[in-house]
Amino acid sequence: MSRLPFYFLIGILLVAGIAMTIHRHVQFDVPWTPDETRQVWEVEAQVSFDADDGPAVVNMALPSNQQGYRVLTENTASSGYGLSFLEENNGRRAEWSVREASDTQRLYYSVQLLEAPDSRSSEATAPELPENIVWERPFDTAAEEIIDRAYQRSADPYTFTRELIREFTGDRQGENARLLLNEFDRGPLLVRLLNEAGVHARTVSGLLLEDGRRRQKLTTWLQVFDDDQWALFNPRTGEQGWPKNLLLWETSGEAVLEVEGGTNSDINFSMIRQNQPAAAAVRNQLSTDTLLNFSIHSLPLEEQALFQTILLIPIGALVVVFLRVLVGIKTSGTFMPVLIALAFIQTSLLTGLIGFLLVVAVGLVIRNYLSYLNLLLVARVSAVIITVIAIISVFSVLSYRFGLNAGLTITFFPMIILAWTIERMSILWEEEGPKEVLIQGGGSLVTAILAYLAMNNPWVRHITFNFLGVQLILMALILLLGNYTGYRLLELRRFKPVTED
Amino acid sequence: MVNWTTPGKLSGKGIIGMNRRNIRYIGRYNNRRLYPLVDDKLKTKLLAREHGITTPALIGTIETQFDVKHISRIVQGHAGFAIKPAKGSGGKGILVIEHVNNEAYIKPSGTRLGREALERHVSNILSGLYSLGGSPDVAVVEALINFDESLSEYTYEGVPDIRVIIFQGYPVMAMMRLSTAASDGKANLHQGAVGVGLDIATGTALRGVQFDRTRNDHPDTGHELASLRIPGWDTLLRLAARCYEMTGLGYLGTDMVLDRHHGPMLLELNARPGLAIQMANGEGLRPRLDLIEQQSAGADVETRVAFSQHHFARQGELPPVQSDISHQASVSAG
Repeated sequence: MSRLPFYFLIGILLVAGIAMTIHRHVQFDVPWTPDETRQVWEVEAQVSFDADDGPAVVNMALPSNQQGYRVLTENTASSGYGLSFLEENNGRRAEWSVREASDTQRLYYSVQLLEAPDSRSSEATAPELPENIVWERPFDTAAEEIIDRAYQRSADPYTFTRELIREFTGDRQGENARLLLNEFDRGPLLVRLLNEAGVHARTVSGLLLEDGRRRQKLTTWLQVFDDDQWALFNPRTGEQGWPKNLLLWETSGEAVLEVEGGTNSDINFSMIRQNQPAAAAVRNQLSTDTLLNFSIHSLPLEEQALFQTILLIPIGALVVVFLRVLVGIKTSGTFMPVLIALAFIQTSLLTGLIGFLLVVAVGLVIRNYLSYLNLLLVARVSAVIITVIAIISVFSVLSYRFGLNAGLTITFFPMIILAWTIERMSILWEEEGPKEVLIQGGGSLVTAILAYLAMNNPWVRHITFNFLGVQLILMALILLLGNYTGYRLLELRRFKPVTED
Repeated sequence: MVNWTTPGKLSGKGIIGMNRRNIRYIGRYNNRRLYPLVDDKLKTKLLAREHGITTPALIGTIETQFDVKHISRIVQGHAGFAIKPAKGSGGKGILVIEHVNNEAYIKPSGTRLGREALERHVSNILSGLYSLGGSPDVAVVEALINFDESLSEYTYEGVPDIRVIIFQGYPVMAMMRLSTAASDGKANLHQGAVGVGLDIATGTALRGVQFDRTRNDHPDTGHELASLRIPGWDTLLRLAARCYEMTGLGYLGTDMVLDRHHGPMLLELNARPGLAIQMANGEGLRPRLDLIEQQSAGADVETRVAFSQHHFARQGELPPVQSDISHQASVSAG
């Protein structure tokens, strides 16, 4: 009987678990520790226009995930408007619509952006070159001369772009450049000249992020393609590269804002930078429903809270398996300590311990009397359950009367489990004596406390909740422990006399 | 670290730990499907009868709460009897009545029980108080064993039994469990019974332990253990070895008793025999089990017992018997 498939399975579980965990860390930027913080930008766009007393449609470009920034949440404020988000070939857009609008209208859009250094933009495709570019006289000769000069001094599309922009800036700005700038806007003019020279390029709009700035405008940037690569150029200085604080708002060369049924449209931005706990920042991420992004965070908040506890149970189980297989601790009921530990999480350790000992001790005394009544087993355990409920009620009321609010949390104990514990301990007492009760009861409590310490650790809670892959790793560990044929720690003591002679 | 040893020393001695026992032997050689045969004492008993293996006589069974009141009628006419849960484990729930004295049932310790107490005990058994997992159970009433007088010096109150580990039909290791005052007349080692390792070849005592510590005499009767020799040892081994064919379980604990009239008898079987037998023998099970794993399957009972007696023979470690008490301890072999 080969154990190979078994180790293969464990290998698969480990690899899958670790891969899923690392994927979540890298792809979604989920931090390893709960107290890491992240920078979050809150950017608000204010759209205003004068409506024509009729139906109006406002169409605005929206930012997407890109180099350095990831979109967390977005909100809009626009009373009376219908709103839909459109996913078009080259970007996301918001479309507001209203049947009747008059006077000055204001629409608000705000977005939370996470500063994520390893975030990447989605692939950009180069725009097609226009068929034939026609210049009127005398611009044709001016354009031709400028292109010629830049072409002579350059080697590839990027250096060509740089030289071309230099023709329009500073000292080198000659007669031809001034002539063209008088007729055309700088951005579209540069794109037109680049296209004429056979270089794929487009203008994109970006926002320079600075903490606490208001009434900011978008700036125009040149996106120049060289085969599959592209680079950003500042059309005013010719500088190449993506400034760290530049957020690209519109990347398809389309208008940022289109308004139908209105005039004087304008868009203003204000922004603020905040420190947020990393876990919270991650929680706010828009969840894209792919299989790999299989995440608890896509559930409603209430279910999330429930899962936070459920996902801790395997940790408790691991502690139990560890203590039983490697240490050899005896417990009363295999997983009873895990349930007790779960109760400790609600009650806090000290109150929980005192409560547990009180309930079990009083329960044992009453159970002792029940054994004289000569009852059938099910009836007796049921009677113990009711007794446990009564004890818990009395303790709750008493502790409340004495002003000990912590005592009220005693209700979190699993009552049926407690009843069975009392029943089992009582039988143990009758059959094996109080010593065995102490051993097993003590073992259960030690296990419960260790399980509680493991499960209540903030780091463990963070990891189990945010990385589902960890569950696979836990599974692999437990399977491995289930295969352990070596000695238990306590056996080193038990079998000691055999080795003496 | 006075009370602790190292894993290296243990494995050097060939000691088997719980984890190894569970995975390597019980998990591999004991088919779970066969467990009910040994977990249910009634089934074991009926199966043993089929295979011609002697067991204590069956007086009757009680299967429903309705029948509980018939208990006194069932045991009528029997001087002594034992009531056991069919699915009990570790000796739990076994009530031994040594004799009946006008409506009073007297336990070996001298405690007198009324009819109600007897009925309550049976009722508890039926509702599953002593069974594995608390499932409903059946009470089995057996005739009391008239245990061999020659052994009475070695025990206090209870009946001593002999545990033989049978691995793939080969007797591997044996020990006798002597009840003491500390164990409350029960033959459970962890409750304080004395375990005496027995030589597989001859059935003589090798060494004794109580509470995991070496002992040379019985703590209550004061009788030395060195002269202990099990009468009818070969028969007992063959009987135990046959339980392999009877159950099909590869790793089996057989509990045998010696009856004055019927010789060795099978008391019960255990599919998860404990490891304390290693303590009583001062030796690990591992080398013996490894040796047997190398044997080809299909040997008959005689061959297997002879093989074990040849390979597992050992000398006792107990101090030699003093001449002044040796005469009262002389034990007939057979």
